[in-house]
Amino acid sequence: MKSSTTNSDPTRRTLLFAGACGAVALRVAPAHALSDDEARSLIDAVVNDIHRVINSGMPIQAALKEFENIFVNYADVQAIARSALGPPARTASPRQLRAFTDAFSGYISRKYGKRFREFKGGVIQVTESRKRSRVHEVRAIARLKGREPLAMSFVVSDRSGKTLFIDILIEGISLLKSERVEIGALLDRQGGDVDRLVAALNGTG
Amino acid sequence: MRLKKYCASPPVLLFHPIGRLELITGPTWIVSRIIVHSMRLKSSHLAFLAVAALVVSACSVPTDEGAIHDPYESFNRVSHTFNKGADRVLVRPLSQAYGATVPNPVRRSLSNVAAHLDEPKSVANHVLQGDVESAAHSFLRFLVNSTAGVVGLFDPAAGGFGLERRQTGFGDTLAAWGAREGAYLELPFAGPSTERDFVGLIVDVATNPVSHISSDVAILNTASTLPAALNVRYEFSDTVDSVLHDSADSYAQLRLSYIQNRKFKLNQQDPDDAGHDHFEDLYDEIYEELYDEF
Repeated sequence: MKSSTTNSDPTRRTLLFAGACGAVALRVAPAHALSDDEARSLIDAVVNDIHRVINSGMPIQAALKEFENIFVNYADVQAIARSALGPPARTASPRQLRAFTDAFSGYISRKYGKRFREFKGGVIQVTESRKRSRVHEVRAIARLKGREPLAMSFVVSDRSGKTLFIDILIEGISLLKSERVEIGALLDRQGGDVDRLVAALNGTG
Repeated sequence: MRLKKYCASPPVLLFHPIGRLELITGPTWIVSRIIVHSMRLKSSHLAFLAVAALVVSACSVPTDEGAIHDPYESFNRVSHTFNKGADRVLVRPLSQAYGATVPNPVRRSLSNVAAHLDEPKSVANHVLQGDVESAAHSFLRFLVNSTAGVVGLFDPAAGGFGLERRQTGFGDTLAAWGAREGAYLELPFAGPSTERDFVGLIVDVATNPVSHISSDVAILNTASTLPAALNVRYEFSDTVDSVLHDSADSYAQLRLSYIQNRKFKLNQQDPDDAGHDHFEDLYDEIYEELYDEF
């Protein structure tokens, strides 16, 4: 939110005040701290949905749409998108940020949705949940047919006001960190122009 | 810094036939393996190498905590371009042909043989790391698969006996001994590595215990890595393609994946060590920053 020290317009002041109250409410809301079980049940739900999609045999386009829904419902897409965009997220306009977030969520779903097809016939088993500093880590094992099991971790936070996941690690490799590097490189390629980055992301298969 | 002990990243990954995601490698650890194999290093050389590893690793100290230490980036990028080209024209097409023509059970068995021949090396390194339990575990696994597994063609140890593979190598041993990770390297042919893991790789190849049984076994050992490597390239084709050929900066992606995966593996290997926790190493301020300032 923009603030102005010399501003005396009552409407904007009111808005500022309302905003401040909202911010305070958000800070106060998670007075009840996220428990291991709550973090785990979020990931149980994610895993159930993933199983449903990968074993449904639905056509790929429909499956990718489903993956996007899972991502939007269970992940803090805004926070992940902001982090992936890096410092330009602070200078981008709200409209740019919204456009980027939408483009990013489609891009992520297409990119990783395709990979989840490798999981067909496999099972993801949630194993444990524990608090790590200010986030929770929910561990799982992905057992794919005829392959050695893969270790997965979902990083869960309720700092947005809702319990959502903010990262997935597979064999220690963080999706969030990978995308920070990838989006950074794509942005460079577009000369640092967020609008062009959005167009490029929308064009990716 | 905290990473001191845990921040390894050996070559084993690449090297390793049954390696998985981590085998997002350049083409040809096989070639490097053959080269090193033909050198047939003697133990005196190895002792020298081990010492060299410690010295070299000690020399290259990261300056920025958390960032990847990559002072050889310009060399590494040249080598990356080469590896990528080799993957495109050689390794990828070969792996596709292999996957398309050879049935899965046959491919698995061939991969099992490579993994089996690698087992004594793991036993030896578990011992060097002072991990007696894993050494015994891997030793039993070797016995079971040598007999019930028909000289390693099958893997009943992992199935019925609960003896899953616990692969390790000299890169891990160096890490356990306290050697620093050193600088990141992308080796031509062998792919992503670090100074410490590069030394580990050379020692592993030169000392692999099975190679000393007879020259036939040594040849089989080297030969078995080819189908195993092609199989991994085939099975994880989408993942490898995505990193290597579909990334905006595949060099940076590969480097990041390798370093993270290595840390993860090393920490996983030593879960009993208090305060030694893979998440702690991987955890950094990015999760904190996610909600700050907004």
